Amino acid sequence: MIQTLAFYLFAVLVIASAVMVITARNPVHSVLWLILAFFNGAGLMVLVGAEFIAMLLVIVYVGAVAVLFLFVVMMLDIDFAELRAGFVKNFPLGIAVALVLLAELVLGIGAYQAGALQLGEPSGVGAPRMGESNIESIGALLYGKYLFLFETAGIILLVAMVGAIVLTHRPPKTQRGHQNISKQNQRRPQDATVMKQPPVGQGVEL
Amino acid sequence: MIGIEHYMIVSAILFVLGVLGIFLNRKNVIVILMAIELILLSVNLNLVAFSAFLNDLVGQVFAMFVLTVAAGEAAIGLAILVIYFRGRGTIAVDDPSRMKG
Repeated sequence: MIQTLAFYLFAVLVIASAVMVITARNPVHSVLWLILAFFNGAGLMVLVGAEFIAMLLVIVYVGAVAVLFLFVVMMLDIDFAELRAGFVKNFPLGIAVALVLLAELVLGIGAYQAGALQLGEPSGVGAPRMGESNIESIGALLYGKYLFLFETAGIILLVAMVGAIVLTHRPPKTQRGHQNISKQNQRRPQDATVMKQPPVGQGVEL
Repeated sequence: MIGIEHYMIVSAILFVLGVLGIFLNRKNVIVILMAIELILLSVNLNLVAFSAFLNDLVGQVFAMFVLTVAAGEAAIGLAILVIYFRGRGTIAVDDPSRMKG
């Protein structure tokens, strides 16, 4: 009973916050609704016993990605009213595409319910081990059969980090007191100073 | 009784909402990126639900890889957004052809 209740709570909240993400006027509110959606998605995953992915979702999405979004939304000074100009104009097309897509997905789910295609049996490699927690089983799989894929994921993250830094890095601008060492070393005394011996009573023309 | 179909329906609705978000906020890249995150969340939900249903953890491993790629995509996308804003002073994407080179 409580499972059903929890499922419907999480499901309704995740869908409601997804609606708010795409319709909110202020992108800051969108990000906050996105965080709520991720929390409830994580709740749905906990319900089926996938604690590790659920915690990863909270840590990675809420802790990193959503904060990154919030940071960018607040850092850029954007006129959001102007950006919403096409909202009403795009509404009919968007709804039409969404309805077509939803119909297709419902068709797929209905076909699955009516007796899905049989594409063979699972090999049993990924079956959770008896008496072990979800995290232990996933760890054995990640550091065993999927070790190279796991390391590739690390490389992808490294490349993304380097790419983001390279894209946004600005070379420091020349400011007051900037020192040009080679120019300094090339300067010779005879270029910089002149000897003058003016007669008494006359000035010096420089 | 909650079955795999319930999860599939929630996931399908989330996916469609993500696509709808891309159509509704055609000008605002930030909201488009958030809609893509919603789509990826629905995919992850589906992978995890089937992983639990079929008693096979490979689905959860795949969900983790999807998560990795989503994090990288968000970082790169927002970096591109920041330099786009620096160059133009707006993030409207009606005319993104300027972004060449």
